[in-house]
Amino acid sequence: MSAAIDLHDLTLTYERRPAVHHANGRFAAGSLTAIVGPNGAGKSTLIKAIAGTLKPAVGRVERNQLATRHIGYLPQAAEIDRSFPLSVADTVMMGAWRSIGAFRGATRKHAQQAQEALGAVGLAGFEQRSISSLSSGQFQRVLFARLLLQDASVILLDEPFTAIDARTTRDLLQLINAWHDQGRTVIAVLHDIEQVRQHFPSTLLLAREIIAWGDTADILNDDNLRRAKNMAEHWNPDAQPCDADAEQTL
Amino acid sequence: MTLYSLLIQPFVDFGFMRRALVACLALGIGSGPVGVLLMLRRMSLVGDAMSHAVLPGAAVGFLFAGLSLPAMGFGGLIAGLAVALLSGLVSRYTTLREDASFASFYLTSLAAGVLIVSLHGSNVDLLHVLFGTILAIDDQAIFMVGGIASFTLILLALIYRPLILECFDPGFLRAVGGRGSLYHVLFLLLVVLNLVAGFQALGTLMAVGMMMLPATVARFWARSLTGMIVISTAVATLSGFIGLIVSYHASVASGPAIVLTASAFYGFSLFFGRSGFVRRLFPRVHLSG
Repeated sequence: MSAAIDLHDLTLTYERRPAVHHANGRFAAGSLTAIVGPNGAGKSTLIKAIAGTLKPAVGRVERNQLATRHIGYLPQAAEIDRSFPLSVADTVMMGAWRSIGAFRGATRKHAQQAQEALGAVGLAGFEQRSISSLSSGQFQRVLFARLLLQDASVILLDEPFTAIDARTTRDLLQLINAWHDQGRTVIAVLHDIEQVRQHFPSTLLLAREIIAWGDTADILNDDNLRRAKNMAEHWNPDAQPCDADAEQTL
Repeated sequence: MTLYSLLIQPFVDFGFMRRALVACLALGIGSGPVGVLLMLRRMSLVGDAMSHAVLPGAAVGFLFAGLSLPAMGFGGLIAGLAVALLSGLVSRYTTLREDASFASFYLTSLAAGVLIVSLHGSNVDLLHVLFGTILAIDDQAIFMVGGIASFTLILLALIYRPLILECFDPGFLRAVGGRGSLYHVLFLLLVVLNLVAGFQALGTLMAVGMMMLPATVARFWARSLTGMIVISTAVATLSGFIGLIVSYHASVASGPAIVLTASAFYGFSLFFGRSGFVRRLFPRVHLSG
């Protein structure tokens, strides 16, 4: 079962400054959407809010009765401690959290699923390797295998191809397309505009505010990209309280 | 001198040595795994700060009941948990990071503790609190240290998976609905409890030694988490045993002898461990595939 994700007047802040400002819109069920925008546009902040790991300052993310455990989230590689002494198999098995949770034991079936997931990402035979011995590309494949084990209806990817070789990127894009074909909702934060044009039917162009959202071919035009690029990267030191929020408070 | 008289006889002849040995073994079993997790969470210095933070509570316990481990331990537990909680709140609701808030609170705690003991006790009492008196440990204290070690292993077994996940990939744990902050608080409780258990033996200043030195030794030798926990526990218990033997035969203070034994393991591992200096300077022939 897939599900739509709705943003209702969503504002996410860092030290009261808006990282995402009054965003509204819908990620349709079964859609494949890229979130793009300049540095500091609030892309990762938005995907964290959708994943439920960041609390909105104003507004809400509506998951349409989709339980948290049905959302698969791939954080940025920098947020994961790759020096941690874990094996590849143990890392992939974390994807079984939905069925084993914090306390239940993993079964042979889970181990079998983990093995199959590793085979699907081209890492068969890597089960006992330490994650610290893997290359960036191999580690990203392991995290995708964990997502496969999660079997989630909504999949959120935060910069999944950063510092990854071309072959791994191509293989993982195939996996993303397969998820899309299966009817899952996939949302990915990306930087490579050409990659988005080729592989993602929908795009959300973000620059703290939503610049444009819709079919990729319509959204990624020069005018929209210029508007996003012109976003002021620095904070306005004289910023006043937001009028929209003040109205809501009243 | 025979091997028997060197290693066994002190424990056969003297009850205080047997009690000290049991306490050291229990301490090692509890502190070994906690130290590894503390190190992997990059909180080694937070452990050190926490060991100082228990002092004012222990000092208040000392005021009411003298050198009684249960009274001082209870006071230390309250003080340690209060500092952990306050530091967590400060780092959550202000821009100060957790290590900086821990440092601020532990310095305040250390000063307050020393002041309380020095106002109402002698210098000897102060030395007992700061550097420990494992050879004076009684049955009641053994039960307490043993109880803490048992509780530590049981709680660690229960929260092991989310604790590891919270350390390795906290964003993922939050996304799957795991309550990371709950496991963080439970882990801090274990740290404080084991420091409380350790301060009778090693004093508040060195209690963290039984926790962190074996953990750093394990990092040099083991590649897996299980291997690290086993090695850390073995080094902690062995340091207790060897330290007591050295302390008995050389007539030196037992607490520093135990910590210096763990330091000797660390020094050896620093040079000869799998990722130590020697392996770096003289790498072995590479493999063919």
